[in-house]
Amino acid sequence: MGKEVKATEEQVAYAKLLDVGMKAGLLALIATFVIYVMGILTPHVPVNDLPKYWAMPVKEYLEATNIHPGWSWLGMVGRGDFLNFIGIAFLAGVTILCYMRIIPILFRKKDSVYGIIAALEVLVLALAASGILRAGGH
Amino acid sequence: MLFVPIIGGFFPFHIDFVRGAGLLVALSGALAAGPGLLKKGMADLRLALPVALIASACAIVGAMLGLALPAKVVNTALGATILGIVAIMFMAKKSEYPEVKQADALSTALRINGIYHEVSTGHEVNWKIHRTPQGLATFILIGVMAGMFGLGAGWANVPVLNLMMGAPLKVSVATSKFLLSITDTSAAWIYVNNGAVLPMMVVPSIIGIMMGSIVGVKILAKTKPAAVRYIVIVMLLFAGLRALLKGLGIWN
Repeated sequence: MGKEVKATEEQVAYAKLLDVGMKAGLLALIATFVIYVMGILTPHVPVNDLPKYWAMPVKEYLEATNIHPGWSWLGMVGRGDFLNFIGIAFLAGVTILCYMRIIPILFRKKDSVYGIIAALEVLVLALAASGILRAGGH
Repeated sequence: MLFVPIIGGFFPFHIDFVRGAGLLVALSGALAAGPGLLKKGMADLRLALPVALIASACAIVGAMLGLALPAKVVNTALGATILGIVAIMFMAKKSEYPEVKQADALSTALRINGIYHEVSTGHEVNWKIHRTPQGLATFILIGVMAGMFGLGAGWANVPVLNLMMGAPLKVSVATSKFLLSITDTSAAWIYVNNGAVLPMMVVPSIIGIMMGSIVGVKILAKTKPAAVRYIVIVMLLFAGLRALLKGLGIWN
């Protein structure tokens, strides 16, 4: 048996939340994908039509399928394809939750510099997730 | 690292969707590995947090640049980058325990150091790092490239953490894997919010990568490391050339 080196309190807290969040996200991803491919919920873009669109640049694809970027998918989760975004968003969001979990621990331990770094990271990830930042398209 | 050049080069999907899927695939792998690496103390949060802040902010810039640029430009730059990675893989040396005579002022102030148990030798390894400002500056470029090309950036993270900053190889590999979960999160959101994610492409890729990891570990145990390295290099070389020639309009 190898001797374990003890990880810090914030590292363990981060790891525990990440473990739960990652598993929940992957389960959601698989469950929603099964609903999609089984055709239980009608997709916005029919599966058979996808080959017409997947070679297009994203800007043309959005115009051709009348999809609005950003968080507008939330209003379309009743469609089989957009239902998958629940799992995708969960996986992409779990890191933000993990950071929020360790911020109070870092400040309690008077590790203010790392507390501020973690808070800034939450802001960076929240900005990316907000949908405010739009690429120009080509 | 293999996903974007191979899928982008040999499948009919547009590079925008391939990069979105590539980021989510790399992100899923990193999220799955993260808890174990952190609990065992192999990935180091104190080393990762400052690096991740820089890399994730720059990955946003890279993702926005990548989505704004024409596909030909992205493919050409991707091809050149992949061929550069092949060169790095050929030439880069690794150091199990780099010699760090003295920690630099920044890493000392941030208390970036640690101790981990090396199972193979039974020893506890004390480590510290140096050249922290240079290392952090390099992650600006790594973040931009990760976001722009949708690549997991382990190929760049590990040499910088290990050879430039002096972290032990195992700590570098583990922290690099964990870093991807943060860097790729910021870039992935840009692709998600700009519509560059097709569930029909992303979900089977993630499931396939996970299944492949399970089967791959069994095959890996019976395969010589040098053989795996050469297979990866040949595949990257071929995929990199394909992306470059596609971008230049020579092989469409």
